[in-house]
Formats: sequence, structure tokens, C-alpha cells
Amino acid sequence: MNHMSPPPPLSPVWHPIAASTDLAVRHVFHGKLLGRELAVWRADDGHVNVWDNRCLHRGVRLSIGMNDGAELKCQYHGWRYASRSAGCTYIPAHPANSPSRQVTNRVFPTIERCGLIWAALEPDQPFIGLPQADWFAAREAIVHAPAALVLNTLAAEAVPRSLAWLSPYAMRLARRAAPDETLIILAQPADGATTIIRALRAGAPADANAWLRRINRVFVTLRDQIEAASPAGEAAAEPDFTPVAAELAEPAPAATAGLTVTVARKWQVAADVFALKLKPLAGTLPAFQPGAHIDVTLPSGQVRQYSLTGGPGENEFWTIGVRRMPQSRGGSRQIAEQVREGDLLSVSAPRHNFPLRRDALRSVLIAGGIGLTPLLAMAKALRHGGHPFELHVFSRDAAHLPFADTLRGFGDNVRLHLGSDPVQTRETVAHLLGPHGFAQHVYVCGAPGLIDAVTRTADHLGWPDEAVHYEHFSNDREINASSSFTVALARSALDVEIPAGCSMLAAIRAAGVSLPSSCERGACGTCVVKVLEGVPDHQDVYLNAREKAAGRSVVTCVSRATSQRLVLDL
Amino acid sequence: MQTATDIIFDNWHPVCAPPSPGAGILRTRLLDVPIEVAAGPRVRRADNGEDPPVLERFGLVWTTLGRPRQDLFDVPEYREPDRRNLSAGPIGVAASAPRAIENFLDLAHFPFVHTDILGAEPHTEVKDYEVRTSDDGSEIIATGCEFFQPLAALTAAGGQKVDYIYRVPHPFCAVLYKSCFVDPSRMDVIAIFIQSMRQERIRAHLVMSMIDEVHSDTEMRRFQQMIFGQDKPILENQRPRRLPLDPRAETPIRADLSGIAYRRWLSANRVTYGVIPAQH
Repeated sequence: MNHMSPPPPLSPVWHPIAASTDLAVRHVFHGKLLGRELAVWRADDGHVNVWDNRCLHRGVRLSIGMNDGAELKCQYHGWRYASRSAGCTYIPAHPANSPSRQVTNRVFPTIERCGLIWAALEPDQPFIGLPQADWFAAREAIVHAPAALVLNTLAAEAVPRSLAWLSPYAMRLARRAAPDETLIILAQPADGATTIIRALRAGAPADANAWLRRINRVFVTLRDQIEAASPAGEAAAEPDFTPVAAELAEPAPAATAGLTVTVARKWQVAADVFALKLKPLAGTLPAFQPGAHIDVTLPSGQVRQYSLTGGPGENEFWTIGVRRMPQSRGGSRQIAEQVREGDLLSVSAPRHNFPLRRDALRSVLIAGGIGLTPLLAMAKALRHGGHPFELHVFSRDAAHLPFADTLRGFGDNVRLHLGSDPVQTRETVAHLLGPHGFAQHVYVCGAPGLIDAVTRTADHLGWPDEAVHYEHFSNDREINASSSFTVALARSALDVEIPAGCSMLAAIRAAGVSLPSSCERGACGTCVVKVLEGVPDHQDVYLNAREKAAGRSVVTCVSRATSQRLVLDL
Repeated sequence: MQTATDIIFDNWHPVCAPPSPGAGILRTRLLDVPIEVAAGPRVRRADNGEDPPVLERFGLVWTTLGRPRQDLFDVPEYREPDRRNLSAGPIGVAASAPRAIENFLDLAHFPFVHTDILGAEPHTEVKDYEVRTSDDGSEIIATGCEFFQPLAALTAAGGQKVDYIYRVPHPFCAVLYKSCFVDPSRMDVIAIFIQSMRQERIRAHLVMSMIDEVHSDTEMRRFQQMIFGQDKPILENQRPRRLPLDPRAETPIRADLSGIAYRRWLSANRVTYGVIPAQH
């Protein structure tokens, strides 16, 4: 570099917070910037995460947590946070429940350049880095003094004409002791009284070790000189805390509908099944848990539900599987025939109505055809966590078996059952389930006949309801909407009349009370509401027989009431 | 900082085991105040030379910097003649007293912090339990707590479901009762009495009252110290160190019902020492 060229400015908001080599495989690095502690870690796919260094639950530092390559697991209660989005994916104390989307840690923008990890505490600030060069970094040094003092002290040793400030925290100089060598000096303000100082040179020196030792001596001398001049007592003053932007002081907003994704890839994974790889148009996709589905708005405006098939760490893209059904209402057909790579689709945030417990000693996953999709995500999560599981896939024949390549990767965990008729299917299910044992769970997704076979067989074999989990694609029951009744919304102190032909969901919304929904056919469970009083007339396929008999919850899109009045917890 | 009206200053606090004659003077600290404890036991404030009141209970010396409004709480089991009463402390921790109490009330961390002893993955579920405040409001009681434990105590043979009852009779003291494996009709008692030296610096006095005729004092102390030694690095890595009482400061779940009640109770009692009070 030429001393006389105008210095390239650096953004004063972006700071180096670690060396690339600090992020060892499966390590969590404890960083600090402007008084804020950071947990810095690299996932197995190379993505670098810079988060607030505290678990949202009880404030334990995540830098003492475990990096499993895809998720960070807190040491205290095992809460898991996904790479990229920092969304919580699992709370072990309540294995049957899905964590709320609000449980998302704060993520700071980051970039890896010049052998360093850079981060900004403020969002949307463009990164302006050093010009491209083969930068060679010296080992950093910690000086217990403010950044300005450290840099000014070093600047006093510079060849006058060589000195150029790139930002308040960075400069270019040649030291009088080595006038031919231009260095970039970067000062990371860890807090108001502590600075982490780094030196870069363009290109590797002839004798790297000698150079590293020399720079190290320069830094040690600088540190001793500064710290001797300002006694430790003063340096340990309260950090000069730069407050973060107000919007960051609030918890991350819940991901809402209206996420736009690009179809990055579309390919055939069985005779009648297409897979779609969906990429966010901007930013990061929200975290999801195994068993999650999203709503996809089709070009025609129709909304359909598809399960996410990815496992832990597969969060740069979402992959869904779409079966082209001859009798379909047109939704899947549109995707199969009209949607192309590069198209934009509007999708919802993931919905979690089919959660996977990770506290089982045995998990049996039973899939029928395209019903494999949520179970594929579950199998990946169980394999990643080292939990024992079996994945049974029923399919007409090998040609109709979706995601066969992925299935091969599960080895002996997968059993295929091709071309079995209903009688054989029931026999096979009875054989593979066996009697229920402690901490055993079964999950089934597929055609209604298969779900029926599994739930009935499990019941015969003594499996308790809470160990049998299922997800229907749709509700094939004929909905009887002829009744009329009153719904009282307890929390809103509102009475809503439900006339014949109108769903509770629609009437409640018309009254101005918002309620999430997804399939609106009584299959997915998104619009379930607690019942405080009254007798529901269940018409869904989401609640199981025990839940229906208890009458304490109701699926508002299709179910109604047999009593004149239904009091809901809304 | 603490205010003079904080009830903590009128509470009794543990400081050490009773010094034996000729043992010299123990210099320690209570609520920022340097104190000296001598045989007798006698306590003297090193800041103003006053001798605050003293009492001896649960094998510890207790004192106060204010005017105690009530007697120190009781643990009746401690007086049962066939129990082994032992102290396994104190253990210094760079944490606030309320963080340590909340950790003591917590079941969900067993598989992750006390792995293969008080809990083991994948058995991580915390079943719903009941929490109430005693009629006079003086203590919090959690009942119906159960957890699957591989090695609940030295007397336990293999993994089993263990029942717990918790009492919080003092802002910085908690007592737990857990299934006793020698006599199923009774419960072992383990207590944590915190001496807050400073807001973010404590000594934890652990006291056991057990039914166990097999193990030596040393074995029983080692077991408790091993358990607490596993909690210590967690407590020292919690930020902020003081317990935030604003309900939105952290993310509680159903399993934290006793912790939620404890935080509310501290707020209701206007405790300011060792906490970050909620802003109203």
C-alpha cells in the first residue's frame, strides 16, 4: 500500500469481535463489544452467529452452552436455539409443547472478512471493509484503557505522513521503528475501559513467526506503558455503555404471515411428488420445529398447508414436498404445473401443531406416502440428537416413494412397506408397534385409513392417548353447519351470535377478535381455543377422542356447539 | 442500592458454624457490613463496634443488622432424634442470594446440571405442581413436585420417581423435603441458608437432616458439595447477577411456577437487596 493514497474509510459501527480462528469447531466464543456480551459460534454449515450472550429463560451465558453444529443448547435447562434465526426450537421441561415464536434471541449482523469476525450492534448499517487483499493478522492484545487512548498512544509512534484514520476505531500507519511496513490497526471497544487491539498487514511476511513476535512485543510494550500511566482502579470504571437502538431493546418481533420466499429449486422426488426449496427474499427464515407446517398462498389465492422437511441446521432454506393429487382441490396441481424455479410465493411463519417429544426411549414414526414430510423432519431431529427411532414408510410402490434418496441416508432406521393392502397394513402396524412400554411414542401422518389403523391398533395394544400423535392432511368429514348458537368470549367480554352456515372462526373475526387459522378444514389445529363452559359439537379430525370427550377445547373453523351457549377463553 | 427500609436488614442471617473456644475470630461480611464472630457465640460489627443479637439454630450462628420482627423460622424435622443433622457448607459463590434460592427451587435443570445423579436425559419433563403462599404470607410452599432421578441420594437404589416439597420461609433461605428411600413414610430434608456478603457475593450454608444409618458424615457432605459444586458455575454465569423482578426481564415457563411465585413474593415484600426491582 502507498502511504500517500487516500485512506479507505471504515464504518464506525462495525467492529472486529473475534479472529476467524477463535471459532474452533463446535466452540462458542465469548465476545464483548461496547459493554455488551456476545455469544459467537459457527454452525457446521459455516454460518457465523453473533447473539446476545444470555439464554432468554434464566439469563445464563450461552457462551458456556453447547454448539452441536446446528443449534446452541443452554447448559442450564437444555433450551435449544437454531442457527441463523436464534429461535428457540425445544424446551425440554415441556417436551409435548412447542416453544412460542417470541422466544427468539437477539441476533447481531455479522460478516467474516480479513480473517476476522465483524459485528455491528445496530441493524441495517452497511459493512464497509478493507480493500481486498491477502490480509495477515497478528494476535490480538487486550489493553485496559479506552480505545481512543490506545490508538492515540500508538499514533504518536507513527511516521507522521503515514498516519491515516479510517474510522474512530481504525487507522493506517507505519511505525517509526519499522517505517517500511504499513499496518492497519483495529481497536475493538470491548467496553469503556477495555480495548482489544489488532494489527493487519497486506500479505504474509517472509518470516511469519518473527513478525508475529515483533507485533506482539509492540502490543505488550504499549499495554504496559498505558496501564502503568492509568492505575487499574481507574481503568475498572463503569463501562462507557453505548445504548443500542430502541427497536433492539424490545424482544424480536414475532414472525408474521406475509413472508415472501423464492422457489430456489423444484425437482421431482417421486412419480407424483415435487420438492420445492424455498429461500427467503431477504433476511433469515424463522426457526421451526420438527412437525411444523407453513401456509403457502398459491398464484390463484388459495392457501394450502405443507410440512417442512428440514432437520436441525437446515434453516437457510425450507424444503416442502407437494403431491399432485388427481382429486385435489386444485392447490397441489397448481404447484406441480404452474410454479417454476425463480417464482415468488407468499408463505406464513411455521405453525407447530404436531410437536415432537425428545424425551422418548423409543419413537415410532409411521408415514403413508406424502405423509412422510413432517416425519422426515422428525427423523432428522431424532438422529441429530442421538435418540432411538424407527421410520416406517408405507407406499404403493418404489416409484411413488417420496424422498427415497434422503431415506437411504437413515440406513437401518428406515423400514419400507411397499404395496400392502389395508389388511396387511393393520397386521404390519400391530407387529411393529407391539405392546406399549415406558416413554414410547408413535407419530403417524398419511391417508385417513392409515391414521385410523394406527390409532385403533395402538388403542388395542394399550398405548395411552398421550403416546399416540397424528396429523391429518385434511378433514374428509362432511361438516354440518346447520346449528345456531351463541359464543361468549370471556376475555373480550363479548357475545357473538353464530348463525347456521357461518363458522365460529368467521363470526369471531367479524366481531373484531383476531384468531390465527391455517387449513380452515378442521385438520391442522391452528385455530383451537379453550372452552370454559358449554358443550362443543366436534367436527374436526385434530383433537383425539379423549380431548373431544373432555370438551375443554374446540377447533373453531369447523366445530360448533350442542349447547345454546359456548364460553371461550378469548 | 439497598434502602434502609428493606426487610432484609431486619431478618436473621446465617454467618458460620459456632466457633469453638480458642478458635480465634472469624472475619466475614453480612449485607456489606464487616463482622467478626468469636466463641460464645458473639458477633461484633467491625464498622461501628456494636454487638448485634445472636442466636444459634440448625448448627449455625445467626445474626441481624436490624430489629427482627419475628423469630427465625422453624424446621421441626431438625429436632427428630433419629435424624442425622449435618452441615455441608459454607460454599462461596459470586452470585446474588435470590439467584441461588431460585436455582434451589428449580427441578428442570436436574438432567443438564446434575447429569446422571438428580436427572438424566431424555427424562426432562417437569409435571405441573402446586405453589401457594402460607395463610399469613410468611412463606411459599410448592407441593406435588416429582422428577425422575437416576441417583437421588446415597441411599437410593437406581433410578426412580422422586417427590419433592419446597418451602421458602425467608427471602434468602429455602428448605426441601424429598422422598426418603430408607423410610417411605418420611422425607429427607435439605436446606440452603444464604449469607449475603454483598449483593452479588454469597456464602451458601447447606444443612441436611437425613435418615441414613449407612453413610459416613464425610460421604454425605461430599454428595451435597458435589451437587452444589455443579450449580456454582451456572450461578456465576447468570446475567444479570441480581434477580430481575420485572416479569418481562426473562422468560418463565410452567416449570418455573415456584420461581415465579418467589419473584412475586420478593416484589410484594419490597426486597431490594440482591434483586433488580421491577419499575412501576
